Formats: sequence, C-alpha cells, structure tokens
Amino acid sequence: MFDNSSNFVQGVDSAFLIITGISVFFLVVLTGLMIYFVIKYNRKKGKPAVQIKDNSLLEITWITIPMILVLYMFYIGWEGFIPMRNVPKDAMEVTAIGSMWKFEFEYKGNKMSDTMVVPINKAVKVNLASKDVLHGFSVPGFRIKEDMVPQKDNYTWFIPGKLGDFDIYCTVYCGLNHSYMMSLIKVVSQEEFDMWLKALPVKKADNSLGLKLLEKNGCIACHSLDGSKVVGPSFKGIYGNMRNLNTNGIKKDIKVDDAYIKTSINEPDAQIVDGYPKGLMKSYKGLISDTEIEQITQYLKELK
Amino acid sequence: MSNTTEKIEYVSYLDHQGKYKGIMSWLMATDHKRIGLLYMYAIITFFFIGVLLGLMMKLELLAPGETIMTAKMYNSVFTLHGILMIFMVVIPGLSAVFGNFFLPILIGAKDVAFPKLNRFSWWIFIVGSIMAVLSQLLKDGPPDTGWTFYAPYSTTTNSNVIMATAAAFVLGFSSILTGLNFIVTIHQMRAPGMKFFHMPLFPWALYATAWIQLLATPVIGITLLMLIAERAFQIGFFDPALGGDPLLFQHLFWIYSHPAVYVMMLPAMGVITEIIPTFCQRQIYGYKAVAISSLAIAAVGFLVWGHHMYTSGMSDQARWFFSLLTFIVAVPSAIKVFNWITTMYKGSIDVQPPFLYALAFIFLFIIGGTTGLLLGSVATNVQVHDTAFVVAHFHYIIFGGMGFAFFAAIHYWFPKMYGRMYDIKLANISLVIKFIGFNLLYFPQFIIGVQGMPRRYFDYPEQFQPAQVISSVGGFILAFGLFLMVYNLVKAAKSGAVAPANPWKGSTLEWQIPSPPSLENFDEAPIIKVNPYDYK
Repeated sequence: MFDNSSNFVQGVDSAFLIITGISVFFLVVLTGLMIYFVIKYNRKKGKPAVQIKDNSLLEITWITIPMILVLYMFYIGWEGFIPMRNVPKDAMEVTAIGSMWKFEFEYKGNKMSDTMVVPINKAVKVNLASKDVLHGFSVPGFRIKEDMVPQKDNYTWFIPGKLGDFDIYCTVYCGLNHSYMMSLIKVVSQEEFDMWLKALPVKKADNSLGLKLLEKNGCIACHSLDGSKVVGPSFKGIYGNMRNLNTNGIKKDIKVDDAYIKTSINEPDAQIVDGYPKGLMKSYKGLISDTEIEQITQYLKELK
Repeated sequence: MSNTTEKIEYVSYLDHQGKYKGIMSWLMATDHKRIGLLYMYAIITFFFIGVLLGLMMKLELLAPGETIMTAKMYNSVFTLHGILMIFMVVIPGLSAVFGNFFLPILIGAKDVAFPKLNRFSWWIFIVGSIMAVLSQLLKDGPPDTGWTFYAPYSTTTNSNVIMATAAAFVLGFSSILTGLNFIVTIHQMRAPGMKFFHMPLFPWALYATAWIQLLATPVIGITLLMLIAERAFQIGFFDPALGGDPLLFQHLFWIYSHPAVYVMMLPAMGVITEIIPTFCQRQIYGYKAVAISSLAIAAVGFLVWGHHMYTSGMSDQARWFFSLLTFIVAVPSAIKVFNWITTMYKGSIDVQPPFLYALAFIFLFIIGGTTGLLLGSVATNVQVHDTAFVVAHFHYIIFGGMGFAFFAAIHYWFPKMYGRMYDIKLANISLVIKFIGFNLLYFPQFIIGVQGMPRRYFDYPEQFQPAQVISSVGGFILAFGLFLMVYNLVKAAKSGAVAPANPWKGSTLEWQIPSPPSLENFDEAPIIKVNPYDYK
C-alpha cells in the first residue's frame, strides 16, 4: 500500500492517513451538525429557544475522548519519526554541505559531487554541514528533512528502496537564490554506484587562506570563482587585467591591483565596474583586516 | 429641588466635545471607544497594504521563473507582508480594537483602569509602525530575512534589519501595556455585583490574552535587542562564526511567538462566544468550561514552542516533549467548538451576517486546527515543515480564524459603534465571495506542501504550477470580497439607516445602552445579572 522509495515512507504516510482521517471525520460531523441545527432550529419556524442546562458528564466525555485521540496521534507521530534518528552502524556516510546557494556532497576519500548518488537498498547516513547560514536538507520523496546548521553536527539517514531520481530542496530560507538551491539523489544499482564512486575526482586540497576568507565572509555568495555572473562580477582571472569602471557617470579604465582590491573591500561604491549599480555591496571595513585583505589578494592572483 | 440627580442628557461619544477640538480630539483621546476606533483605522490600513503585498506575491507565483519581480524584491515583499500582518495587524487586532471598545462596557465600567496609559499605548503603536515603514526606505534597503529574522542570515545580511527589529521592539510595548491595562481593568473595575464568573466570555478571553501579552512579549523584546547588538557590535549570541548558537535565537524567538498566536486567537474565540448565544437566543452551553479553556490554552500555550523546531537539530527528547504538549493544547480549543455547536441545539437561530461569519469561522478553524495536528505530530511534521503546507495552515487559523472573527465582530458591533446599520444582503454576498476565494487560495497549498513545495520560494518546479494558478485566482476573488465588505461598511458609517440600541436582541450590557454609547457608557447604573447570557 505504501511507496517504498525509502524506509520511512510507511511510518510517515500511515501517520498522515490516520490523522487526516480523524480530522476529516470531525470536520464532516461538526459541519453537518452545524448546518442541520441552523436549518432545523431556524427562528423563522417560530419555536422559542429551549434553555438547555449544562451537563458535566457531557463536558467530561468530550474532554476525555479528544484527549485519548490526540495522545494516540502523538504516539503514531513519534513512532513514525524516532527511527529517523537511529542510524544503523554500517551505514555509508556522505556529508552534505550547504552554502549560499548550492549543495555539495563529500564522499569518503575527499571526493566531491554536485549530486548525491547512492546504491539501492543500502543505508546512507547524511552528515549535514553548512558553510554560512542555515539551510534545509529536504527530500520529500524519502519523507526526510533536517536543517543544516553551521558548526553543528546534525544528520539524517535513509535506505532507498527504489531506483530513480529524487529532488532535494533547500527548505530554510537563506537569501537571494533560496528558490534555486536544489539538487538530486540518484538511486542506482550497487555496480553502477561502485563505478561512479571510483570515477569521482578527489577534491584538490585547497589550503588557500584567501579562499577560506572569501567563503567565510560570504563573498562567494555574490562573486563566482568560475566566470559566471551572479550578483557581482566574477573573481576569475581579474588580477592584473583591465576593468571598465563607471563611477557617478565618469568612466575610467583601471588595472586590477592590490590597491583596487583593498578599495573594493573597504569602500565598494568608490570604484564600481561598469554595468553594476551602487549600493549593492556593503563595506567590510573593520570586518576584514588588512592582513586578511593581503591573503585574499594572494588567492585572487592565482585564480586565473 | 428633589434629591435625585438630574437625568444626564445623552450625547454620543462621537459628538462629545472635550478639551480638544477637531483632529486633536482624536489624537489626544483617552476615551477607550475612540482609542478602539483609532487602532481600527490604523490596523485596517496596514491590513490592506499587507493584502496588496500578498496579491503581488500571488501574481509572481502564477508561473515559474521571474514573472513580475526579481527574487530580491520577492524576498523583501514576503518579509514586509509578515511583519505588517503579524506585528501591526493580528497581534494588536481584536484586543486593541474590540477589547478597547467593549471590555469596559461588557463589565459595566466607564473606561479602562488607566485611560492615559491606553492613549500612550496607541501612540507607541503608531511610532513603531512609522519605524517599520522607515525600515523599508532607509539606505540598506528593505529587510529580506522573513518576519522570523532567523540568525545567522539576519545577523549578516545587508538590509535594514536593525530598524525593522527596533520597530517590532517598540510595537511590543503597546502590547505589554494594553495587557497590563486590561488585567487591572478586569480585576478592579467590574460593576458592583459582577463576580468573575458573572462576566461575559469575551472579557474572559481578553483576560487570558492579557496575561500572555504581559509575560511573553518581553522575551521577544530581549531577543530583538540581542539581534541588534550582534549586528551593531558583533557580539556572538547567535552566529557560530562569532561563537554563538543559531538555535538559541530560534528558542528565544518562538518562546514569544508561539504564545503570540494565542494572543491572536483567544479574543477571536471570545468574539464567537458572544455572537452565538445572541443569534440562537440561548445561553452559551458550558459557560465555565469555555471560560477555563481560555486560561488553559494560555497556560499550556507557553510550553509548546519547540514544535516550530523539530528539524532544527534540537535534541530528540525536546522533540518528544514539545509534540506531547502540542497535542494537549489542542484539546481546550476542541472543547470550545463542541460548546459552540451545542449552543445552537434547540436555539432560535437567526442567520444574520455576524452569525454567518461565526459559522464560517468554525469551519475554517476546524481545518486550520486539524492541520495543526499534522504539524504537531513529529513524523508528519518532517514532511511538511517549511513547506506551503505550513503557509496554508497558519492562514487558515489566523486569517480564516482570527480574520473572520474580526469581520464577525465588526458586523456584530457596527450598529453599536456607529449607530447605523449596513446593507445585510451585501454583507452576506461579500462573505460568500470571501469564503470561496479563501478556500481556493489556501487549500491547494496543503497539497503541494505535502508534495514538497517549500515556502518562501520565489520560483518552483513546473509540477506545482496548476495548484499555484488556482491559488492565485482565489486570492483575487478573496480580495474582491474584502473590497465589497469595506465598501458596505464605509457607506453605512456615513449614511446607513439609523440602528436601534439592540438590533440583534443581545443580552450582554452593550445592548442595554444607546447606539452609539455616550462618553462614560452608562448614564444610569447597569443592571448586573448573574448569568450574562440570560435569555429567559
């Protein structure tokens, strides 16, 4: 009767059906009674109102029965949920890293992927991490959801029971491109998974302090490293190259050097690249020290 | 000369000439009735701005991708929509408007305990509202955090978060002082002979509400100050990069914001409890149970806040506790519904607009409340948390519940407040249109929420579009119904037929005095009955 996309579907969906069923029952009965009374006891029929006395037994009954019903609903809600926190010891571990605005998945051996590929019928533990603000890791097809909290070890897990692609949505509002922060879980056969994992590239160890600073201060949220335009100009290959500036209508060409980078960080509206409006970027003066600016500049020099 | 005092000549509170003239007689008013109207006009204005923002969002969501605005603008629009509706409409809402206007009258008093403090509360409300407007206009741009201001996004984003949170901080004082005023009023100013259990049930609801306003609001005050301190001085309360904990923000925020929803709902339920006996000509069934249930909801409502945080990384034990308490708090609300419906049994029912609104309220409240059960249960919560399902749930409860109760209250008490009657047929038509539009707007969101459509999404996968289109069409139908209602009431206030003192044959004290009331409400001492709903 229940979808087998994950091991949690039955617990969640059965709780859903039961609670919805009880709710619909009460909605129909209570609405029906209301409509019935309004018609039967309408003042136009001319009968005066009967002043009914309160009945304590009736009150106690309709306190007790709902209390029993809600405690039952609490119970099935808890029973359907608690397995989501009890991870099997032999689960394969993947770390899901959320950042503004993408998901990345880290597999054992420092291998990175944009999508989460997993073998069917095997338990997967998803360690949840965030590089900046709160994000949500939500897979509606599997009935799982848990928040990615910076510097906190949160987790979720699942056993996929069906081959196919399952949407991952970010469900905690995280700014400008929250609606675009999506990814996929691809459930494949064990053989396909093993081949995929073997071919997955190892992430180059990037010890650049400059890059860490760009990530920590959220620069990457608006300036890409790969040439694509996000909110501000991309950082790729800028150092030593010419830029067209347009400040207050005055156009000027300038070579990107240490001084330009420092001004852009401390007084972003002073020298704006042509085609970008004022007031988009806030000043980081006092937030990023001069030493840190040098480290960032060093990184940008190498980002060809 | 005889010893009896001369009969006081009746002058409506609207015509009363006091120390101030013209607009100053309003801005400096200490009469609880004028203050109620002042709140009402401000709140209705903010409500309609909020409705416009909602319609803009619905237009944007008609199709995937950018439809009429950028993602940046959309994020600011839903933030402002939330701030306006929560802090400037539904939290003050029924207490500030109908609580102010009718609490003293319902207990046989001539005003609240502290009329000048009441005036000050309204001034604070206006100052806070101006600050909220300023937050839209200042240098860093409108806040884009959502009305919940979650850290660390809210502590690091480059928008006017400090001004917006400062506005909410100021608005909080209006709520705290109103709560204090009402508690003292109910304790000290009931007419001689009116014991607590002789009070009508709207004052009981306001009493429970006032305690929440007084005790819970300071928590959000402190939380917002901490947020401002973190932005301004980099003190690491919430941002892990500064050594803080994001979950601390969430706990502190919801310790207020959950009880706040009972600030919205308890007076709403109180209004319905006044309307049903009148139109059924029957005393309310289970008076004591209904009175105590308001106190129970207020008390238990302080213990459930974690149900907003089941996926936050909070401990399993905490999730267990908050789910259990959340289910328990549902029971007193259910009891009210049973008592309302039983009051209709063997009544003599006249289906006028206030009663029709009450029926609509009960239907929408049952849907809102039972979807709350799905959210309270942890297993199902995981599926629908942070999705369109939650958006539908809270709109059914707040808008379908408290909003429709507000409309019910205004249609019930309009003849008393203005001494005029509105067009009954148009009132009923506007209700039907609103009811249809409301359900078309919000019900589809339950369905796509269960399927995974997240909330606060400006763009979405194509599979969700059909439901989004139905929802957007519903929004415009609802807006049309709202417009008809306002047109009807504004026209009536100016030139409606003169209304009698007791057009609905009500039994509570407001119906024993002229429409509109005189300045001090009771020119003759009111007759206090043991049973406020005595229809024999």
